[in-house]
Amino acid sequence: MDPVLSVQGVTVRFGDHLALNQADLSLAANETLAVLGPSGSGKSTLLRAIAGLEPLAAGRIESLGVDLASFPTHRRGLGLMFQDATLFPHRDVLGNVMFGLTMKGEKRGQSIGRAQAALELVGMEKFADRSVSDLSGGEAQRVALARALAPEPKLLMLDEPFGALDRPRREELNEELRSLCQRLPTAVLLVTHDHTEAFALGDRVMVLREGKVEQTATPTDLWRNPASPFVAEFLGWNVTHDAHGRVAAIRPDSITLTCELATDQERATVVARTFRKNHWRIRVETASRQILEVEIANSNSDRTLGAGGEGLAIGQSVGVVIDPGAAISFSELPLKP
Amino acid sequence: MIVDQAPYSLRQALKTGLTVGIPVIFLLGLFVVPVVNILSRGLQVGGELDLSPVIDVIKSESLRKIIAFTFVQATISTLLTVIVGIPGAYVLYRYRFTGRGLVRALVTVPFVLPTMVVASAFLALGVKTSFGAILVAHIFFNYAVVVRTVGGLWAHLDHRTELAAQVLGASKIKTFVHITLPALRPAILAAGAICFLFTFTSFGIILILGGPSRATLETEIYRQTAQLLDFKTAAGLSVVQLIAVTGVLLITSRLITRQNIALGLVPADRTPRVRTRQQRLLLLSNLSFMALLLGLPMATLVIRSFSTPTGFGLAYYRALGTLRADSVLFVPPVEAIKNSIVIAVISAVIAVTVGGLAAHAIIRYGQALNTALTIPLGVSAVTVGFGFLITFDTAPFNFRSSWLLLPFAHALIAIPFVVRAITPILSSIDPRLREVAETLGANPLQVWREVDLPISARAYLVGAGFAIAISLGEFGATAFLARPDRPTLPVVIARLLSQPGELNFGAALAASSVLMVLVAGAIFAIERARVGSVGTF
Repeated sequence: MDPVLSVQGVTVRFGDHLALNQADLSLAANETLAVLGPSGSGKSTLLRAIAGLEPLAAGRIESLGVDLASFPTHRRGLGLMFQDATLFPHRDVLGNVMFGLTMKGEKRGQSIGRAQAALELVGMEKFADRSVSDLSGGEAQRVALARALAPEPKLLMLDEPFGALDRPRREELNEELRSLCQRLPTAVLLVTHDHTEAFALGDRVMVLREGKVEQTATPTDLWRNPASPFVAEFLGWNVTHDAHGRVAAIRPDSITLTCELATDQERATVVARTFRKNHWRIRVETASRQILEVEIANSNSDRTLGAGGEGLAIGQSVGVVIDPGAAISFSELPLKP
Repeated sequence: MIVDQAPYSLRQALKTGLTVGIPVIFLLGLFVVPVVNILSRGLQVGGELDLSPVIDVIKSESLRKIIAFTFVQATISTLLTVIVGIPGAYVLYRYRFTGRGLVRALVTVPFVLPTMVVASAFLALGVKTSFGAILVAHIFFNYAVVVRTVGGLWAHLDHRTELAAQVLGASKIKTFVHITLPALRPAILAAGAICFLFTFTSFGIILILGGPSRATLETEIYRQTAQLLDFKTAAGLSVVQLIAVTGVLLITSRLITRQNIALGLVPADRTPRVRTRQQRLLLLSNLSFMALLLGLPMATLVIRSFSTPTGFGLAYYRALGTLRADSVLFVPPVEAIKNSIVIAVISAVIAVTVGGLAAHAIIRYGQALNTALTIPLGVSAVTVGFGFLITFDTAPFNFRSSWLLLPFAHALIAIPFVVRAITPILSSIDPRLREVAETLGANPLQVWREVDLPISARAYLVGAGFAIAISLGEFGATAFLARPDRPTLPVVIARLLSQPGELNFGAALAASSVLMVLVAGAIFAIERARVGSVGTF
């Protein structure tokens, strides 16, 4: 079967700037793809191009084998949700959710029922006749999600869906979204700059950099085998450059610090330390002037460091042991700053 | 549907064509062509550009005097309006008191009143034609411009900067001069520019209250074209006026942008109540001034329209329904009421349609169109009217005898106001609301109907109210275009005022009262209108 969404060599130009540069992706029904990248990497442009809101300079976008070029936005049958809910201020909650059904020409009675069902899906059925200005940020996002889902789109696109909410609310909604995505037959394309969110929600994760696709992989693959120093650094790996211009990446949780200093061991000085609940994050500077971020799980810290993370003092000398299985060496040139 | 099937770029082009194309064609056809036509009649001799009419104007002693008088009366009118308007802005926007909303609304009424009504009102007060009468009528007319523009900013100024200055040892007067006044400068300049523009091109008031000896560029253009048929001199005067108006607009907009510093504005609801004796005195004196300046002429107009030689009665109103044998009119004045209403409604429909499209084009494609659509405001209505007359008199555009020219001319003058009423609301709509609607299956027309229209419906109504008020009162262009057998109310008033006799004067006052009620009614009805399906907006 043809994929629900197939993007081939899509380029979007803003004047001289290439917001998207030859982007490719493919998305199967019932699959969730998380697009991950820093701001300005072209994530939102990708969603807008798929929705038909940005003209393509090159490339093709297909859905189930059909080229979408001749379909304007309103005939693409997509769901799109923005970071802030963008609910219609002049319609109440139910009126917002009914909008897509009304546009389809569905009868009022029927669309009320389906809108109610969509509200139930997001746990907002009691809010149907509320004004949208009375809703909290999280409630508004739930309504926006119901509004996008109500017409049963083949593809649901979420642009930083919960980015404007506080952390606990975001985590709660992410979990609900995850189980919703698994239950519904809808393909989901999610855009985020937060790799935790991308890993939690995506069946696969695609990393964008300056409009180009840098890597697409399952979350575990991506975390274990970043394909470039950029991906590694974006995911929080230590990227080091040696005197010969070689670049290596080391996962922060694969480094062990020891207090006993064997003579042949790499040495480092503790520069900073932060307590992060289940782990300590220690920044050390090695003798070769590399800065390394080290994560030491709280349960292990007693064994490896004797006194735990809090036993380390700024300026203290420690030994550094790197797990060779969690280090990648890249042959390419050093990263541009 | 073609729009539905067309590829992205073509659909976009169609949309652009509609929103930009129609206003541009409107402006080109109804403004640029007529004005160019006028200028070319005056400035071209045998196909060659000839600036001699302009030079003749500057050389002529009597025309130089007219130019000087135009500048002097506009400058003094503007200065006086600003000076009396600032305290008014202070009490109406810096303090809360019972009935403030009503006073703010009442103060606005003179601004939308037709110039003919204003002129009649001052004549009813017993004012003789004089320089002073022109000034007072101009203040009456433009007071609301200063109060609303300056007050609008003043309400949002952070009062704490003034307190900080006083804590640092500044007296109240020094605080006002060094802190408040500089902060208000952009609003004062903007209001001053508008006042200057209106008084510089003022027509009806000068014509009626100035008397024959006090001519300005605007009345002289009218006299040269309509009475002396000297197109050359008129074109020369028009060029001088265009240069002056453009210059003033450019200078003030430069001054305003240069002044554009961050002011740290606060919400207006923090304004304090009137508390001290001093404040109460200030409030009371300003309210009395407003009652005297704005209320007295209007009240006198209405009262005198009922005061016949045989006592209080409806004689002057009855005179509106009949056509006397010795009348200067061709139809009974009551016909003019009907004409005015029909023309006002048609011109409002045109102005809101074209202005609405233009507002969409402006938020999408920038300010250039806005500026272009504002130009007709700066060019005198007399020029617009005369341009219409000489442009639409040859086939295939021979509409000279068509009364439809009037609503189009009125719409042209009203469009800048309609655009200003709609654009702020439209640009405050998050563009992603439209995009979400599109992804949910709304085609471009549905997006407009379901998103833009409900959110901006009130603004459309306000724009329509302005258009109706402007059309009802328009006199400069109408003076050229109204056919004798289909006059509008202002034309009838002007004719009656120009004739001697108690009955003519009384009928003019009665007609002015009717016109005032019509305008106030239109504004009031539309302000109150709540469109059911739109909800609480």
